[in-house]
Amino acid sequence: MAEFSLPKNSKVQPGKHYPAKDAKKPRKFSIYRWTPDDGKNPRIDTYEVDMAACGPMVLDALLKIKNEIDPTLTLRRSCREGICGSCAMNIDGTNTLACTKAISDCASGDVKIYPLPHMPVVKDLVPDLTHFYAQFASIKPWLRTQSPAPADKERLQSPEDRKKLDGLYECILCACCSTSCPSYWWNGDKYLGPAILLQAYRWIVDTRDEDTGARLDDLEDPFKLYRCHTIMNCARTCPKGLNPAKAIAEIKKLIVERRAP
Amino acid sequence: MSANAKDLRNPLKRARGLGSAQSGVGHWWTQRLTAAALVVLGLWFVVTVLGLLHADYAVAKATVAKPWNALLLIAFSITVFWHAVLGLQVVIEDYVHTRWKEVVSMALIKFLAVLGALASVLAVLRVALGA
Repeated sequence: MAEFSLPKNSKVQPGKHYPAKDAKKPRKFSIYRWTPDDGKNPRIDTYEVDMAACGPMVLDALLKIKNEIDPTLTLRRSCREGICGSCAMNIDGTNTLACTKAISDCASGDVKIYPLPHMPVVKDLVPDLTHFYAQFASIKPWLRTQSPAPADKERLQSPEDRKKLDGLYECILCACCSTSCPSYWWNGDKYLGPAILLQAYRWIVDTRDEDTGARLDDLEDPFKLYRCHTIMNCARTCPKGLNPAKAIAEIKKLIVERRAP
Repeated sequence: MSANAKDLRNPLKRARGLGSAQSGVGHWWTQRLTAAALVVLGLWFVVTVLGLLHADYAVAKATVAKPWNALLLIAFSITVFWHAVLGLQVVIEDYVHTRWKEVVSMALIKFLAVLGALASVLAVLRVALGA
């Protein structure tokens, strides 16, 4: 059965508190901490950060904590401008990118920060995305053609056809949507999840790709595709404002379209 | 779900699994067709039942026995059980992850739905044909 409560060794305990010394504008951050090394349960550490000496984004606060308060805090980050997808985490109850989430946009009180939900945790805010990336690889996310490439130019595409990729190509594979999806929580071993299905659709609608039928064949499966029950968490949470649920609906429509009514 | 350190298999092997079942669209489409049919049949059913609110047994029986009513009632019963079993199937697929429990519960709901539908049809036919 699907498990609706946390296993014993995953129950979160209260952790340490790091008060701010003479801060002008203190703000409290409650952060999920877990390390594989000490055999203990995860805990919530609270850090008081002086907002008067901190950048505006949640990532700024996290890095300030790591630099000045507690260097053991572990997280992924790279571009700090919402294009790499590394700092995806659950902030203030919603999966988003720490670098593009303003602290002032979080609900008053503690800013609660957890790793992406329902993924195995490597350490603190770092989830294990191995299976997610393997699922991405499984859809063969590259241009698949039967005809050879033109000798002297690129494969061309009309501006109208190129427009079909808008709202799809922007996906940075941060995994916010997939890890917000209850269907992906319960059946993520087989269900591809919103991010991977949006990526699959990105190649299905690409007018230069010639393997559309095979791509649809690969997706036509009760678990890989049809676990989507239009819960819509994916579209609500996407930090890039994309709509994976719509891409999934389009895939379903294409699969219906190619069969006899 | 994660890559177990002791697991020597490539994560892609796990992600690709047994491949696509090449099915699911039939279920998806039928669920929508039966839902659309139930909008019409359901409305008709509710109106008909409301019309029988203060009727006695003889009037109710005569209403069911009318050919159109009997036909629609049979269509409604079959569609209800069909749609219900499709929905329950999704619930089982979502939440029951022990294979034998999944197979047993799936078979059970299908048998029960067929029995329920047959019983409903039989009941209507007995009234309609006066058996």
